[in-house]
Amino acid sequence: MREQLEKIKAEALARIEASDALEKLNDIRVAYLGKKGELTSVLKSMKNVAPEERPKVGQMVNEAREQIEAKLEETRQSLARRAREEQMKREVIDVTLPAKKSHKGHSHPNAIALDEVERIFIGMGYEVVEGPEVEYDEYNFEKLNIPKGHPARDEQDTFYINDSILLRSQTSPVQARTMETRKPPIRIIAPGRVFRSDEVDATHSPSFHQIEGLVIDKNITFADLKGTLAEFAKELFGEETRVKFRPHHFPFTEPSAEVDVSCFKCGGKGCRFCKGSGWIEILGCGMVHPHVLEMCGIDPNEYTGFAFGVGLERIALLKYEIDDMRLLYENDIRFLKQF
Amino acid sequence: MNTALSWIKAYVPDLDITAQEYTDAMTLTGTKVEGFERLDKNLEKIVVGQIMSIEKHPDADKLIVCQVNIGTEMIQIVTGAPNVKVGDKVPVVLDGGRVAGGHDGGPLPENGILIKKGKLRGIESAGMMCSIEELGSDRSMYPDAPESGIYLLPEDTEIGADAVAVLGMRDTVFEYEITSNRVDCYSVIGIAREAAATFGKEFKPPVVTETGNGEDIRDYLKVTVEDTKLCKRYCARMVKNIRLAPSPQWMQRRLAASGIRPINNIVDITNYIMEEYGQPMHAFDYDLLAGHEIIVKCAKDGDTFQTLDGQVRELDHTVLMINDGEKEVGIAGIMGGENSKITDDVKSMVFECATFDGTNIRLSAKKIGLRTDASGKYEKGLDPNTAFEAVNRACQLVEELGAGEVVGGMIDVYPVKAVESRVRFEPERINALLGTELSADTMLGYLKKIGLSYDEAAGEIVAPTWRQDIHCMADVAEEVARFYGYDKIGTTLPTGEATTGKLSYKLRVEEKARETAEFCGFSQAMTYSFESPKVFDRLLLPADDVLRKTVEISNPLGEDFSIMRTLPLNGMLMSLATNYNRRNKDVRLYELANVYLPKSLPLTELPDERMQFVLGMYGEGDFYTMKGVLEEFFETVGMKKRPHYEPEAKKAFLHPGRQALVSYDGAEIGYLGEVHPDVLDTYKIGTKAYVAVLDMPALIPLTTFDRKYTGIARYPAVTRDLSMVVPKNILVGQIEDMIAQRGGKLLEECTLFDIYEGAQIMAGYKSVAYSITLRAKDHTLEEKEVAAVMNKILNGLKGMGIELRG
Repeated sequence: MREQLEKIKAEALARIEASDALEKLNDIRVAYLGKKGELTSVLKSMKNVAPEERPKVGQMVNEAREQIEAKLEETRQSLARRAREEQMKREVIDVTLPAKKSHKGHSHPNAIALDEVERIFIGMGYEVVEGPEVEYDEYNFEKLNIPKGHPARDEQDTFYINDSILLRSQTSPVQARTMETRKPPIRIIAPGRVFRSDEVDATHSPSFHQIEGLVIDKNITFADLKGTLAEFAKELFGEETRVKFRPHHFPFTEPSAEVDVSCFKCGGKGCRFCKGSGWIEILGCGMVHPHVLEMCGIDPNEYTGFAFGVGLERIALLKYEIDDMRLLYENDIRFLKQF
Repeated sequence: MNTALSWIKAYVPDLDITAQEYTDAMTLTGTKVEGFERLDKNLEKIVVGQIMSIEKHPDADKLIVCQVNIGTEMIQIVTGAPNVKVGDKVPVVLDGGRVAGGHDGGPLPENGILIKKGKLRGIESAGMMCSIEELGSDRSMYPDAPESGIYLLPEDTEIGADAVAVLGMRDTVFEYEITSNRVDCYSVIGIAREAAATFGKEFKPPVVTETGNGEDIRDYLKVTVEDTKLCKRYCARMVKNIRLAPSPQWMQRRLAASGIRPINNIVDITNYIMEEYGQPMHAFDYDLLAGHEIIVKCAKDGDTFQTLDGQVRELDHTVLMINDGEKEVGIAGIMGGENSKITDDVKSMVFECATFDGTNIRLSAKKIGLRTDASGKYEKGLDPNTAFEAVNRACQLVEELGAGEVVGGMIDVYPVKAVESRVRFEPERINALLGTELSADTMLGYLKKIGLSYDEAAGEIVAPTWRQDIHCMADVAEEVARFYGYDKIGTTLPTGEATTGKLSYKLRVEEKARETAEFCGFSQAMTYSFESPKVFDRLLLPADDVLRKTVEISNPLGEDFSIMRTLPLNGMLMSLATNYNRRNKDVRLYELANVYLPKSLPLTELPDERMQFVLGMYGEGDFYTMKGVLEEFFETVGMKKRPHYEPEAKKAFLHPGRQALVSYDGAEIGYLGEVHPDVLDTYKIGTKAYVAVLDMPALIPLTTFDRKYTGIARYPAVTRDLSMVVPKNILVGQIEDMIAQRGGKLLEECTLFDIYEGAQIMAGYKSVAYSITLRAKDHTLEEKEVAAVMNKILNGLKGMGIELRG
C-alpha cells in the first residue's frame, strides 16, 4: 500500500514537473485527484486495509494529495507567469507611432486673452457684464463728459447711424449704464466689440475689442487703482512685471493715467516688442470724474471710483507675438490651431 | 508738437539734463515726450575753416585744390564745389570725422558717413568742405544755403570754432504728445513752465516791453466785431515802413527745429508767436483793406472766397469771416485771403491776434476741408488773455529785428472778459481721492509751481485763464498727483463690502457653447459686424425678406462695411472660403457674435442685438454630424428633451432638401442645413459645406445648470427590436414621435439601428429598424406588460401605414 502510494506520488510529481502548459496540469489533476483518479482509487480500496491501519493510510493519502496539490499550484503559477511574460513580449509596440487624437477645436486668441483677464478679475470679485454695441450718443459720449463739439470726439473716428445713435467707439458707455442701474458697491468688467473708422492694416481694424473696468464704492482711492492694476499686470504677464503710471487725459476720469508694463519679453532691457524702451503701454485709466458720477446718479460726495479700459487685441498681439492684426479676422484654421 | 530744447532753455535757463532724463521726467509729470532727435547726430569733427587760396587741379577740370585755415593749422582740401572763393568761411569735416548725409540730399544713412583723408586724382585731400545736405538738413530750413555747393558761413565767424554749434545744430528736438485738455502746452511757454516745475528750476518767460511810435492805431484803423460769441477777443496792432528781410539765424533755427520753414522776418514773427505762445496771428496788407476797416462776422450762404493758397472755398452762414469795408478778406482762424495777403511790396500791415471759438473753427475747417496750423491751435479753445500779450510780443520782435515801425496803441475788442476759475481747496478730500497723506502746504507748493495760486481768505485755489481745464477738486488733485509723482502714490486694493465675481448667466451659456463646439472639433472664428448690402443677394434672400431691413452706417468705410449684419452667415462662409482657397482640409469653425435687427426704420431706438451661435464646416462630416454638435450642446446646457426638426426651414441659402428648423419645447431656436450649391458657387467653396445657427436669446430661457439625480435603474430592462417597412415619405422623426407617445412611462430608449432603401424593399418604401428598451422603475417587467406596450406601439405605427417586416 505504502509503496503504491509512494509510486503514485512520485509519478504525479514527475509529470507535473515535466508539464509545459496550463491545460496539461488540469489533465494531471484529473488523472490523480479526480473522482476516478489514481489517488482516489487508493482511498476507495481502503476497505481492503486492516481497520487499525486505516487512519495511518488515510493520513498518507492526504499527505500525498497535499503534496501533489501544492506542486500543481506552484507549477500553475510559474507557468501562468511565463505565459504572461511571453504575451507581453509579443505585444511590444512602437510607442513613437503617431498619436490618435480627438481633434478638438481651438479658441480664438482674443477669446483666450479675454478668458485670462476675466479669470483675474472674477477672482477679485468683479462681475462680467455687457452693453449694446449699437449705442446712443448719450452713453458713448455725453454721459462720459464728452458733450457735442468736444475735441475728444475727433480723436475717436466714430461710425454714426444717425445724430443720436452710433456704433460704440469704446466700452466706456457700459460704465454709465452700470452706474445708472446698480447701486454701489460696483465692481464690474465689461468686455466687448467697439468700432472706429480706421482702415484695415497690420495694426488697425475698424472693429476690435476693449475691456472696461469699473469700481465704485466709498473710499476708493487712486492708490486702489494702482494696486488693482499692478495685481492684474502681474497675473497676466508674470510675477516680475512692473507697472508705470503716467499722467494722461480722458474726459471721464480725473486724475487720469496711462499705464505701461515692463516689457514681458525682455524684462525691461529693451527689445523689438517694446521698441527698445523696456516698457509697453497697455491701458488707460483714472478716477471716475465727479461730473460723470453725478450725471449717472451717484453722489460724488459719498462715493468715488476708478475705471480702466484695455485693448484686447493689443494684449493678444503682444502676448502671442502676432505681427499682423488682419490674421485675427481671417480665421485661417492654420492660424487658429496655434492657440 | 516739436520744439528745440534750446528754446525751452531760453525760458528755463538753469535746466541741465540729458535728453533721456528730460524725456522720462517730463513724461512722468504729464507732458509726454514721444521721442527726440539730436540735430548733431553723426556730425563729428566739423570746424570752421577759411579758404586761403584756390588752385586748379592739375589732372581734373572740375576739381580745385584749396588751402584751408582751420585755426590750428592749414590743410589742403580738394573739392568739386563750384561756389567757393578765396576768403569764404566754410564748415570743414576733418580726417576721421563724420557727416550726416551725402551731397545729393537723399535719405540719411543710419550711422552717417565717415570722412578720411586720401587722394583725389593724385592730390592729397585732408578733409571735406560741407554742403547743408551733408550736414543733415536742407535749403528749406537753411534758406541762405546755395542751391548746390558748400554752405558759406557768415564773414564774422571765428575760424577753428565748432561749425555745428555755429549752425545751431548743437541742439535736440523733442516731440511732445499734448493731451486735448492742456491747450496751454501747445506752446513753448507752456512746456517751459511744465519743465521748470518738473525740475524745480526757475521759470523766466519772455519779458514783453512797450512798443510803438507816438501815433495811435485808431487813427489808421477801425475794428468792429459783430459776432462776439464766435470772436471773443480781437486785438489789432499796426506796423508801417516795413523792411522785409530774412529773419536772424536764431529765429530761423528755432522755427526750423519746430518744422517751420523760415520765409521772411514778418512771416517768421507770426509763426514764432504761434509756437511761443500757441497763439495764431495773421498779417493783412493795410493798403489792401478797403475803408481801412475790419469787420468780424459770419459769411452768407453761397459765398465763395479765394484763400491765399489760391483755392476758391465755398462758405455758409456758420463760417466766421474777417471783412474789410467792402469784402471778405480772410476766413477767421483758418486762412487769410488772396486779396489782402502780404506781398514783397507791402508798406504797412495790420497784425491780427484774436480769440475765436474753438468748436466753430473746428467745424468750419471740416466743412471747408482746410485744416491749417492756425485752425489746429484755435480748435482747442484758446485763452483770450494770451492774445494781448502775444501781439505785443510780436511788435517787440518787429522792433528788435528792425522789420518796421510799430504804430502806437492797440485796438482791443474784448467785451466779455475771461475770468480765473476758482476751486475750493480741500486737502483732506484730495488725500482721500489719491490715497495719500500730503500736507496742505506741500500741495500748495506743487500748485504754485505751475501758476495756481491760493486765495487764503476765500479758501480757494485760483487757476489762471490759461488753465481752462481746472474746474473741480479732482482737477486740483491731478495737479497735486502729477508733481508729487504718480509713482510715489502707494498701491492698495479696494476695501469695503465684498462683491461676488461671476459671469452673467448669458455668458455662462456662451461659455458652454464654446466648450461644446471646441470639443466637437470646431475652432473659434471672429468676423466683422458690418458688411455689404450685397450679401443678401449672395445668400439668395428674397427681395422682400425682412432681414434686408438693416441698421445702416451713415459714414461707413465703404459699401463693403456699410450695414450691420442681420444674418451671421456671410462672415462664416467667407472664412470657410478663405480656408478652402488656401487648401485647408476638414475645416470646422464657430462664432459667437451679434446680429442687429432694427425695431423700426429709420432707427429711433437701439436695434435688437441677438447673440448667434454659428457653426460652419466642410470636409469630414455631414448634416448629421452638425446635428450631433447641436444636440451635444443642448445636453450640456441642460436641454434634455428631444429637440424637434422641421424640414423645409424656408432658408433660401440652404439646400432645399437638406435643411431643418430646430425647435425645443415648442420654441424655435435655430436652423441647420447644407449650404445651397448656388451659394457655395458664389463663395467659391468647391465642396459641400454645412452650417448651423442657434439664436441664443431664444435658447437661453430653455437652458438650466440645475442637475437632479433620478436614480439608477435597479430592475432589468427588456429590449425588443422592431424591423419595419415604412412608406418613404414618413420621416423617422414621426416614427420616434409615435414610439415615444405610445411607449409611455415604460419606454426608456428607442434607437434607430438600421435604415435601408433598395433592392429588397418595394418601391416607395424603406426599411427602418429600431431597438426599443423598456424598463419599470419599481419592478421587473413581466412578459404581458411588455407585450401590451409593444402592441400599443405597433398599432400606432400601423395607423401610419407602417408594417412589420416578416
